[in-house]
Amino acid sequence: MSVGLEHYLILSVVLFSIGLYGALAKRNAIIILMSIELMLNAVNIAMVAFSRYIVPLQLTGQVFAIFVMVVAAAEVAVGLAIIIAIYRHRQTIDATKIDLMKW
Amino acid sequence: MGLDIAFWILAVVGVMAALAVVLLGDVFRAALSLVLCFLAVAGLYITLSADFLAAVQVLVYVGAISVLIILAIMLTREVQRGSPSNRLRIPAFFVAALFLGGVTYALLNTSWQVSSTPPLEPTTPALAGLLFGEGGFILPVEIAAILLLAAILGAIVLVREK
Repeated sequence: MSVGLEHYLILSVVLFSIGLYGALAKRNAIIILMSIELMLNAVNIAMVAFSRYIVPLQLTGQVFAIFVMVVAAAEVAVGLAIIIAIYRHRQTIDATKIDLMKW
Repeated sequence: MGLDIAFWILAVVGVMAALAVVLLGDVFRAALSLVLCFLAVAGLYITLSADFLAAVQVLVYVGAISVLIILAIMLTREVQRGSPSNRLRIPAFFVAALFLGGVTYALLNTSWQVSSTPPLEPTTPALAGLLFGEGGFILPVEIAAILLLAAILGAIVLVREK
């Protein structure tokens, strides 16, 4: 059986689920950010696969993937800056201990 | 079939590296396996004949984002504490498994209208035409530039010493 659209979509879902588990279950804020990057990559695989198999001559999925990469780069820069600022004030990046705004 | 073999190798490497990111106890090793996962995704883009995206993936993710993440790990000295799970580990596992099962069931029961035309290659001139040409995505490109500028300024303001 040759590799088709479903294979790429299932791989994308598997990677997204791994990232979802990491984002929900981890305490280290940097690991949570890495899991979010994993989820964004999974979405990119799905969009490029749709672009390749559904509309092979239009490339709109690849354009969307480029914008996702731009937003991911901006997000990781601001996210790591926030983590370093929190670490400087509270000497921890444990997400369960960063509860200043928790009701 | 070379592409099929490449897909299976890259898929196995990518999933293993992603599992290592969330399961390894050492934060630094998790970051290195995240780099491996990014490289596997770049290879998958090549099997999807998205050559420009594969190059951008290597440049942006493997080159820039992983360096930022490793730098943040070095700056925060949480490496000794490892990567512990919180109290929600079992519910998080069930939520992720439920998501995996539900979406897999949905996409296996959808009849996709797969086109049989061979893909466009090379994709770089076509992408440039789409991004900068007439009736393309020029307004989102400008907004992305503003977003990047705002992100750079925000990052500088956040980490600056008072």
